[in-house]
Amino acid sequence: MRYDTIIIGGGLSGLCCGISLARQGQQVAIVSAGQSALHFCSGSFELYGRCENPLEGIASLPKEHPYRKMGIELTASYAEQIKDIFEAAAVKCTGEATRNHYCLTPIGVIKPVWLTLNDYARFESPDRIPWRKVALVNFEGYLDFYPQFIASGLAKYGVKSDIHSLSLTAFDNLRESSTEMRATNIARIMTGEILEQIAAYLNSHAGDAEALFLPAAFGLFDDTAVAELRAMVSLPLFFIPTMPASVPGVRTQIQLKNYFQRIGGTYLLGDNVVSGEIENGRLKSVKTANHGNMTLSADNFVIASGSFFSHGLIASQESIREPIFGLDIYADRVREEWYDKDLYSHQAYMGYGVVTDNKFRCSIDGKCIENLYAAGSILAHQNALDEGTGGGVAITTALFVADEILRSR
Amino acid sequence: MSQDKSNITNSSFEQCIKCTICTVYCPVTAVNAAYPGPKQAGPDGERYRLKKPIFYDEALKYCLNCKRCEVVCPSNVKIGDIIQLARIKYSTSSPRLRDYILANTDLVGSLSTKMSKIVNSTLKHPDVKSILEATLAIDSHRDFPSYADEQFTEWYRREAQQEQESFRHSVTYFHGCYVNYNYPQLGRDLITLLNAVGYGVKLMEKERCCGVAKISNKLIKQATRDARRNLAEIRTAVARGEEVIATSSTCSFTMRDEYQHILGLDNSDVREKINLATRFIYRLIDSGEIKLAFRDDFKRRIAYHAPCHLEKLGWTIYSTSLLRMIPGLELVMLDSQCCGIAGTYGFKRENYRYSQAIGEPLFRQIKYSGVDAVATDCETCKWQIEMSAGVKVEHPISLLAEALDIEATRALNGVK
Ligand SMILES: Cc1cc2nc3c(=O)[nH]c(=O)nc-3n(C[C@H](O)[C@H](O)[C@H](O)COP(=O)(O)OP(=O)(O)OC[C@H]3O[C@@H](n4cnc5c(N)ncnc54)[C@H](O)[C@@H]3O)c2cc1C
Ligand code: SF4
Ligand code: SF4
Repeated sequence: MRYDTIIIGGGLSGLCCGISLARQGQQVAIVSAGQSALHFCSGSFELYGRCENPLEGIASLPKEHPYRKMGIELTASYAEQIKDIFEAAAVKCTGEATRNHYCLTPIGVIKPVWLTLNDYARFESPDRIPWRKVALVNFEGYLDFYPQFIASGLAKYGVKSDIHSLSLTAFDNLRESSTEMRATNIARIMTGEILEQIAAYLNSHAGDAEALFLPAAFGLFDDTAVAELRAMVSLPLFFIPTMPASVPGVRTQIQLKNYFQRIGGTYLLGDNVVSGEIENGRLKSVKTANHGNMTLSADNFVIASGSFFSHGLIASQESIREPIFGLDIYADRVREEWYDKDLYSHQAYMGYGVVTDNKFRCSIDGKCIENLYAAGSILAHQNALDEGTGGGVAITTALFVADEILRSR
Repeated sequence: MSQDKSNITNSSFEQCIKCTICTVYCPVTAVNAAYPGPKQAGPDGERYRLKKPIFYDEALKYCLNCKRCEVVCPSNVKIGDIIQLARIKYSTSSPRLRDYILANTDLVGSLSTKMSKIVNSTLKHPDVKSILEATLAIDSHRDFPSYADEQFTEWYRREAQQEQESFRHSVTYFHGCYVNYNYPQLGRDLITLLNAVGYGVKLMEKERCCGVAKISNKLIKQATRDARRNLAEIRTAVARGEEVIATSSTCSFTMRDEYQHILGLDNSDVREKINLATRFIYRLIDSGEIKLAFRDDFKRRIAYHAPCHLEKLGWTIYSTSLLRMIPGLELVMLDSQCCGIAGTYGFKRENYRYSQAIGEPLFRQIKYSGVDAVATDCETCKWQIEMSAGVKVEHPISLLAEALDIEATRALNGVK
């Protein structure tokens, strides 16, 4: 099978790259081993979380950082371009690359971010939260949402909270298997009459609260339920991220994938790229577990197979490697250097990944593979957690690589 | 120390990173709260079961073995296999008469084709359906597939066999129970298509049911016996230099993967040669070995439904790519989701309700799609969709045969 470009990995980065290429007329196939880190997305994407203006902050990052390789101007331009792609895919979010806003994490921490899905509470600054009192409403028996944490997080900024527990007979069924009362399962029953019952409860229990906060358990496949519920309640209504899997994260994954397919992309889910055939410094084709002796060939390839979590990188007792091609990577050689036993301190391994040239082309034993590009969290020299750059790197490098591929013709 | 004792098994449950992604996509979790879900039934439960078999939960019987959890798991955990193996190893409930009847598709099929007129009209009768429900717990809402009056193999030996020797190339066809007893036309369509491109179609000496229904009804001894027989036949075909192709995605999937993962039979020497008809044909076209020519008066709007086991194989792309080659065919892709029947699962009274609830979003999408027919590579999906969405379902091979310009195709491929 032949395509213009084949992308390995169908997470945020692979999808953004595939969409950009397909929008510009390419025949693209994405091969993805399983679902992606988007399923854990808290509902916001970070561009750079350590200062007010992410674009200014980027300048202080080391020069090997993916943003620095693209340069501030291009990073800014891709950060703008993604809005158009998200809008076309019906992913609704708000934010500016020149100024972070703030969102709430599942444990009530107020955090600077770049784009937030419109489901969630967002404010311009923690000192200017527009409500004096809010109502936090949990579902009885639902264990993955912690209103007390949220309340104490808000209290630090002078916002008071009332905590309510909403009980619905519709949940009895879900509670039958205690492990299965998850946000994604709850979201499936949030339609029609149940939404009306919830709206009635909210309208009568809000008291003197100025806004309502619920766990993000609405709208698994599209945001109809979110819009319906909002239309029925009289106060501003926002959602707070739950423990994974994240309902808005799943929805974003599905919306991007559907859009990619709608514009002609091929998405092969549940398949592993296992090897590639490299000739004269170019990757000619790849083999996958499912397609066996039917190789997939293309003019260009993108590896967006993620970091350790998605097995884009693999750590064994002795070494860290990129498992498909054995690409050159940046990592410390000695295992003791990889991590700090204190979970919350700087973790060196988070910055490990595939090394590339300034066009994000990969290499093996120092030799460039001219038509193999890397994008997203597999790239070295980014530490998503420390820097607050996860979503931003995934998105901007993907769009950059798509343009590089189009330029290379 | 044996693996059992050392608490380390060769199953993949230890690779689970507890991400819960599988639970989002399990069709049963979505409709049946009594089902513990793939994570709990699979890798989490396995941990407990290895300690003490008493932790086995009979609710695992609700698993459809659709493998959709495996397709989405980012850590390659063989969740569906873990669950099926646990059912076989730990469940104390034994198969009932009903399960024997549903699982023995070949035995029941060969009896029924002999008396097809009587059987077909009898099975449509509401009283008979009620009796089947009362005595055997086969749900009375379910329509039975009708039986053909002549088996495919009988027709083949009489009408087609001799001619098949005259072609340059050949391939062995695993027709499966459905083509043999219920829908021989599909087998004939395949022969028409392959003959037109210069391939003779051979059958196995003695084909057995692939075994999928016996596996899901825990008739493991019988399934293993059939599987061994089929593997021997496959090896004979491969030794002749032939690939073995099936028109049913589930037969192909079962012989490639379940023989090894569930029955523990080593098929690695021939696994790559067990193929699906659409993939076989696509590859011949892709490599330039054959060409197809289509009639210009063929105009149809068709929706494609991706069966679970075809999604697990990752081969949906071959069937849809072939359909897209037909100039007069407008293809509508349905969302990839389970139709709910899962072979014999949906026939059982205790499952019928869930089976229909699982398929509901698919039926709704089909009803609103405004298509002439639905195409799919699985026979049980066909029964389920025809019964529940009221739209005719055809196999991609039959559509290709219908759209084919036979004379022009023969000429293109140098077939006299
Ligand atoms: C738990 C967690 C939570 C996060 N939360 C946030 C957040 O809230 N906001 C934010 O901005 N960032 C967050 N991040 C950072 C996140 O990494 C990025 O935002 C982004 O989602 C990464 O996208 P990606 O496409 O590079 O990789 P991934 O999303 O990891 O996708 C890689 C894909 O490649 C596939 N793959 C791997 N190997 C192969 C192979 N051999 N063949 C085929 N396919 C393969 C995988 O199955 C996977 O689907 C989070 C990360 C993690 C791990
Ligand atoms: S998707 Fe895979 S890794 Fe995640 S919980 Fe399920 S089995 Fe475990
Ligand atoms: S095989 Fe299908 S029904 Fe069984 S647990 Fe997996 S997704 Fe659910």
